[in-house]
Amino acid sequence: MRAIGIILAGGNSRRMKELTQKRAISAMPIAGSYRAIDFALSNMSNSHIQKVGVLIQYNAGSLNEHLSSSKWWDFGRKQGGLSVFTPTVTAENSFWYRGTADAIYQNLSFLKSSHEPYVVMTSGDCVYKMDYNKLLEYHIAKKADVTIVCKEMPKDCDVERYGILKMDEECRIQEFEEKPVVARSNTISCGIYVIRRRLLIEMLERCSMEDRYDFVTDILIRYKNQKRIFGYKIREYWRNIASVEDYFAANMDFLKPDIRDYFFKQYPDIYSKVDDLPPAKYNVGVRLSNSLISSGCIINGTVEDSVIFKKSFIGNNCYIKNSIILNDVYIGDNTHIENCIVESHGTVHPNVYYKGEDQVKIVIEKNERYIL
Amino acid sequence: MVKKEMIAMLLAGGQGSRLGVLTAKVAKPAVSFGGKYRIIDFPLSNCINSGVDTVGVLTQYQPLRLNTHIGIGIPWDLDRNIGGVTVLPPYEKSGNSEWYTGTANAIYQNLDYMEGFHPDYVLILSGDHIYKMDYEVMLQFHKKNGSECTIAVMPVPMEEAKRFGIMITDENKKITDFEEKPKEPRSNLASMGIYIFNWNTLKEALIAKANQPHLDFGRHVIPYCHEKGAPMYAYEFNGYWKDVGTLQSYWEANMELIDIVPEFNMYEEYWKIYTKSEILPPQYLAPGSAVERSIIGEGAEIYGAVYNSVVGCGVTVGKGCVVRDSIVMNNTEIGDGCELYKSIVAENVRIGQRVKLGVGEETFNNTAPHIYNSGLVTVGEKSVLPDDVSVGRNSVIYGITGREDYPDGYLVPGSTLMKAGDEE
Repeated sequence: MRAIGIILAGGNSRRMKELTQKRAISAMPIAGSYRAIDFALSNMSNSHIQKVGVLIQYNAGSLNEHLSSSKWWDFGRKQGGLSVFTPTVTAENSFWYRGTADAIYQNLSFLKSSHEPYVVMTSGDCVYKMDYNKLLEYHIAKKADVTIVCKEMPKDCDVERYGILKMDEECRIQEFEEKPVVARSNTISCGIYVIRRRLLIEMLERCSMEDRYDFVTDILIRYKNQKRIFGYKIREYWRNIASVEDYFAANMDFLKPDIRDYFFKQYPDIYSKVDDLPPAKYNVGVRLSNSLISSGCIINGTVEDSVIFKKSFIGNNCYIKNSIILNDVYIGDNTHIENCIVESHGTVHPNVYYKGEDQVKIVIEKNERYIL
Repeated sequence: MVKKEMIAMLLAGGQGSRLGVLTAKVAKPAVSFGGKYRIIDFPLSNCINSGVDTVGVLTQYQPLRLNTHIGIGIPWDLDRNIGGVTVLPPYEKSGNSEWYTGTANAIYQNLDYMEGFHPDYVLILSGDHIYKMDYEVMLQFHKKNGSECTIAVMPVPMEEAKRFGIMITDENKKITDFEEKPKEPRSNLASMGIYIFNWNTLKEALIAKANQPHLDFGRHVIPYCHEKGAPMYAYEFNGYWKDVGTLQSYWEANMELIDIVPEFNMYEEYWKIYTKSEILPPQYLAPGSAVERSIIGEGAEIYGAVYNSVVGCGVTVGKGCVVRDSIVMNNTEIGDGCELYKSIVAENVRIGQRVKLGVGEETFNNTAPHIYNSGLVTVGEKSVLPDDVSVGRNSVIYGITGREDYPDGYLVPGSTLMKAGDEE
C-alpha cells in the first residue's frame, strides 16, 4: 500500500447555525441515508487505502456512534483499519486540538508507526467521489511535495469561505489565501491533500516547536514558495456542506437524476452504516412528487421536492414542500412545512405552519413522542 | 471448553416446489419477502433476538443465493469467535455418501457439528415461515416442565386442522398422542415444525433410527421418542405465524404487510428483522408518480403508479405504469406504460414497455394447475419480456422471451412459457 489516510472531522462552523448543536459537521445526515463522512471513508476504502485515522473533537457523539464499527466501510482489518482520535490528556500535553496541524501532531505516532510513503488527507464534510490513486500518480509525476485538490467554482459562487488558489500553467501554486475578504480567483482548495509521510512528520514537528497549529496557514501557505506545491483540478461533483445553504443545496442536488446516478449507481458505491429498517410504507391519501424517501418512513400526507431521512413519520393531510426532514422526525396531522430543515428526533405537533421566507428555516422541536 | 446451552439447526435445504418458478434457481428460504427481506431472515433474526448465537444452516437445494446471503452472518450479528452461523451442506464420507434424505437425516449427518458445542438443548427450525418468536421463552417452558422434546404448536381452525400434524395434549400441555394430517382431528393444535430437544434425547433417537430411509422428524423421530416414553410437551404460540409455502399464501403474507397497522409489524423497535442490505440509497418518487398502500425498498425509482403492492430494492417502475396488488422483487425494471395486476415478478426481471400482466379470464394453468391457481401471474428471475405484450392470469413466464413467444402479442390465461431452467 502506498498511502495512509487522515480524515479531519473535528470541525464546527457557525455557518451551520443550530444544526451543529447536535453533532460535528462530518456527522450531518445527507442524501436520505448517509452521513457526510461516508463519502471520505468510502473513497478511502474504494482507493484501497487500508489504514485510516479520523480526527474528531467537536461534539463527537453522533460521529462516534456512526463509526462504532468499521465494518461498513470494510475497515475491519488486521492490516491497518480505522482509528478514531479524540484529544486526550497525556504526560506531555493537556490541550485540546488547537488546529488541524496540532490535531495530527498530537497523534504523530499514527504517522510514525506507518510504513506507507504517502498520506492522503481529506476533510470529512465534503460530498464527492474520488479515486485517490489517480491523485497519488499525479503527485508522483509532478515530483510534488504537496498536492492540493482544487476546483474551479462558477463565477457567481460566493467563494470567500474557502482557500483561494492561483496556479501557473504547470499547476504549481503561486498564491494561496485562506478565506480572503475579496477573492482574486475562482479556484478553491477542496481540502484534500497528498503529502509524503516523512515530510509531513518533519513539518509538523517544526510547526509545533514554533507554536503554530494550522495546516493551511502554517504549513501550506507558509511554505508555498519553498516547497513544490501543486494543484490537482477536478471537474467532477464536489461540495462542502459546512453552511446551511450548502447543506440544503447538497441534499437537493440528489433530486437530480444525473447526480443520483453518479453517486448511487455508478461504480464505486458509497457505503454507510446499515440501520436495519423496514421498507418505507405509504398509506392511503399519499401524494408524492420529486422526493427522496428513506427506509423506515411511514408516509400519509403530501411530499413535494423534499428529502425525507430515515424513520420519519408524516401524518395525514400534511404538506411538505422543498424541505429536508432529518432522521426519526414525527410530523403530526395537518402540518404545513415549506423551505425548512427539520432537525432529527423532533416531534412536530399537528396543525402547525412552518415556512422559511427568504431563507431556509431550521425547525428544532423536542422529542415528545410519548406525550402525543 | 466450548459450551453453548442451546444451539439452533435451521433446515434450509428444501426446494419449495409449490412456489413454482420462484424457486427455480433458489431454495425457498432465499426467496425475497416483504420488499427487502428473504424468508430465512425471519428465523435467523428470531435466533439472535432470542440470544441463540450458534446456528447451523442445512443447505442442499440450489444453495448459492443462500450462501452469499448468509456469508459469515454479519447482518444478524452471527459473526462470532465461537459459534455464529455455519452453513452445513451435505458432504462426502469415506463410507456411504448421501444427500440429506430427510429432515432428521440432515441433522443426523451433522452430529459432529452439534457435538462440538456440547449443547444441553438443540432447537430445530425450518426456513420457510414468517413469524417473530422468542425461543428463549420456549426453552424456559421446556425446562420448567422437565420436557425432553417440546414442539411449538399453534391453534388453527378445526376445519383446517386436517392439513397439519396435530398434537393431542392433556391439561398440562403434555403430549399424549399425535396424528399426521388426520381426517377427523381430535385437537386443533398444529405443529409449527419448531422443536426443542434435550441433546441426549435427540442424539440417541437419531442414532437409533439412523438406518430409517428418509428419516423425518414428524414421521420417525417424534414417534420414536413418544414410544420410548420421553416426556414431550406442546408449547402454544399465539402470535403471527405464516407458512409461505404456496404462491397464494406467499402473496397473501406479503399483502398483509401493507395494512395500516399490519398484524405482522416490522416497524416496531423491539424485535428487529435483520437482512443483508446491498442497496442503501433512499427511494425516488418522481413528479407524476402515485403511491398508495404500498411498501417500497431502498433505491427504488418510481415514475408511475403503485397501489397495494410490495416493491423491492432497486426496482424501477416506468412512467405511466400501474402496478396493482403485485409483488415486484429486487432490481427488476418495468418499462413505461406497463400494467401489472396481481403479479409476482421475481428479481432482476426486465419488462419492456406497454406490457400488461394479469388480464383476461381466470382459467386453470395448462401444465401445473396445482401451483399456478390463484389468478396470479408469476415471472421467474432474470426473465425478459418484450414490448407490447399481454399476459393472461394464472400464467407463468420464465426465461428470456421475445415477441415470437406471444402469439398476436397475447399469452392466453393459464399459459406456461418456459425458456430457461430445468424444464428446457
